[in-house]
Amino acid sequence: MKIFQPKKWQYLFITAFAFFLLESCKPKGTQSAAGGDATKAYVAPGKYDEFYNFVSGGFSGQMSVYGLPSGRLLRVIPVFSTDPEKGWGFSEETKPMLNTSHGFVPWDDAHHPELSQTNGEVDGRWVFINGNNTPRIARIDLKTFRTAEIIEIPNSAGNHSSAFVTENTEYVVAGTRFSIPPDDANGDVPIDSYKQNFKGNVSFLSVDPKEGHMKIAFQIRTPGVNFDLSHAGKGNSHGWFFFSCYNSEQANTLLEVNASQRDKDFIMAVNWKKAEEYLKAGKGRKQAVRYAHNIYSDKTHSATSTIETEITVLDSKELADMVYLIPCPKSPHGCDVDPTGEYIVGSGKLAALMPVYSFTKIQKAIADKAFDGDYEGIPVIKYEAALHGEVQKPGLGPLHTEFDANGNAYTSMFVSSEVVKWNVKSLEVLDRVPTYYSIGHLMVPGGDSKKPFGKYLVAYNKITKDRYLPTGPELTQSAQLYDISGDKMKLILDFPTIGEPHYAQAAPAELINKNSLKFFKIEENENPYAAKGEGQAKVTREGNKVHVYMTSIRSHFNPDNIEGVKVGDEVYFHVTNLEQDWDVPHGFSVKGANNAELLIMPGETQTLKWVPEKSGMFPFYCTDFCSALHQEMQGYIRVSPRGSNVALEYSTGKTPAPSAAKEPAK
Amino acid sequence: MFAFSFFVACNNENKGSNTSGDDNTTTTTSGGQETVQDEESQKDIVKIAVGSKDHSTLVAALKQADYVTALSNAGPFTVFAPTNAAFDKLPAGTVDGLMKADKKNDLQNILEYHVSIGVFKENMMQDGQLIDQANNQKITISKSADGKITVNGKANILAAIPASNGLVYVIDEVLLPPAKN
Repeated sequence: MKIFQPKKWQYLFITAFAFFLLESCKPKGTQSAAGGDATKAYVAPGKYDEFYNFVSGGFSGQMSVYGLPSGRLLRVIPVFSTDPEKGWGFSEETKPMLNTSHGFVPWDDAHHPELSQTNGEVDGRWVFINGNNTPRIARIDLKTFRTAEIIEIPNSAGNHSSAFVTENTEYVVAGTRFSIPPDDANGDVPIDSYKQNFKGNVSFLSVDPKEGHMKIAFQIRTPGVNFDLSHAGKGNSHGWFFFSCYNSEQANTLLEVNASQRDKDFIMAVNWKKAEEYLKAGKGRKQAVRYAHNIYSDKTHSATSTIETEITVLDSKELADMVYLIPCPKSPHGCDVDPTGEYIVGSGKLAALMPVYSFTKIQKAIADKAFDGDYEGIPVIKYEAALHGEVQKPGLGPLHTEFDANGNAYTSMFVSSEVVKWNVKSLEVLDRVPTYYSIGHLMVPGGDSKKPFGKYLVAYNKITKDRYLPTGPELTQSAQLYDISGDKMKLILDFPTIGEPHYAQAAPAELINKNSLKFFKIEENENPYAAKGEGQAKVTREGNKVHVYMTSIRSHFNPDNIEGVKVGDEVYFHVTNLEQDWDVPHGFSVKGANNAELLIMPGETQTLKWVPEKSGMFPFYCTDFCSALHQEMQGYIRVSPRGSNVALEYSTGKTPAPSAAKEPAK
Repeated sequence: MFAFSFFVACNNENKGSNTSGDDNTTTTTSGGQETVQDEESQKDIVKIAVGSKDHSTLVAALKQADYVTALSNAGPFTVFAPTNAAFDKLPAGTVDGLMKADKKNDLQNILEYHVSIGVFKENMMQDGQLIDQANNQKITISKSADGKITVNGKANILAAIPASNGLVYVIDEVLLPPAKN
């Protein structure tokens, strides 16, 4: 019998055929949508993706980076959660990054990445992301793809409506999903005193245009509503920021029912240029608070955590012309501004229509004082006066809207599990496409900026069920990539994600990859414990602290034999990777350490703290396969009992004298 | 070999009749969980309705209105599910008329008037409470002293059935949305 020996192209054909048949096995209903053009997502081996896609890790607390259109996972960047794989939050240098006013917090819930912008366009320098639970904002440097800064937000709980930026990244914002009594007030009050004691806040953090360092410029004190999402004005509406808010009922229990009583909640419009004027005029109140501000330095390869103690608060009730409320039906979630800055879309997640507001009309309504009274001292603009129009019957459960460069909007519909494309001006629904299943956020590259790149749309779904091979009760969240270059959206790829993706951003690869760092220059390493050459390797003792200044280079550590450490000593392994070559990290781990590994980039120094609790022999080794002799990259540390007189000695490559090479004493 | 094994699997399941991938003609492709094969988990609202012989009219209407997908999804919903007998109380020809293709919007509007997004348990309902329905109109709840619930002053709750994605109230009247201004 002749054996069929397929050639390369035949393999391709067979694979494609297999996929076709596989799809034909899908239950009815998924068939037609799954019949999309998968070749559009195909990126050949060795070829680059067109876009970087920065995806929030949700309850993983991290951010993942995918390539589009392939959906290939490129990196998981540790942000708010410890990551033993990278030593994040385990090394002495990174621990301060997770410091807060509550102490070391090893986890958070990260929802909304936002790329920095210049002139309203994605500039590829940094990406910001919010921490929901212990309110924080992180800045990730896209030269290193590492978290460079984390700042805590005082007077806050549930920083959900964050981390969105203004047109030139003048500010990144934070907001309270949970209103709480302010930090300088007594929080030990009955919960049902909510209306009296609980306050909302939106925070504006200025961003240093050169270094990116964040600073809480001011907070605006608001009524005790729940802020949900936000977006900056742009173009005409630059200088304004829009926040959706729900629970205008100010309920403190069973919000499922009690926060849905009113027909309309609000979009809050903040004139931040006006706020700046008030700030300059000294209208703010200084408030004593405590919050952590953590900065990682690529010079010292270590983080510092500073507890800051003061912010300035502007009161929305007292300062006129700074804050307005616009009615928005039924618990608005998404609050999205189109590329022109003229149209603001509010998505009431329980509403059967979507209001689109006009910035011009909002300005006119303010000038005409077309108000429907006030809400705790904040003028409420008449709904009709602010309205451009309503998208009728868009679908069920509208959540979020992104835009393309052709005047179209794309809205995710959670309840009806679909993406709906509509025209921003005419409000006409143009197309709808299902997602599998129950879409939350969606993303078009540049889709919340002045210059959307279009081409693709990714749906980030909440429920997976039968999309992939089952893996027990918990399934990875599914994402779906659609081609939006034509009139009709077309599904082209389905891929799994990490954590629970919420919002995401994407930018053309060339905006970012040209800046990507290959290694840290060893001569610029200012870590006080760096050993910038093997000659600097040493071990010193200060009381019960033992500092090991260790180097690693293919394929040995220096020193790799250490003796004279005693039970109860605090041993600090300061490991410097001497390599000056791209993609040659070394790892370091020691047996029994109640910690993680170190993963040290070329030119970097990282420190593992280890407190041996019993005497004996403890091997250490390199965990990242670095060379053909990686398996030889190892060493021993001898631990003697407390009070032992074994001398502190260290070496690498020391050949024992014949007399020393004797049998151990029995 | 990989390819051939799939071929066999599909033939056995006799579901491999997919053809062209010509999806542009279908405007309402499902994105719902109704196709998920799972006989073990608690039943969702659609599965409960499909499994009830008293709700065949409602199920047919949900299908005609493309509402099966939404009610199979995560919700949470409270669905007021009129029985076949409730539909039979409508003037003759009403249901048949609504099932016509050109009345799909009207049918959707009526069905959405039976759906609340949120779980409203009887003990949480209050006399005079207004509940927003998915079509953007409200129903009125009446609650007697002994806790008996009536919807829009007319429909009685015959049974309350918990579903994985919400709650089904079996009711004896079709709820007709008030005329919109």
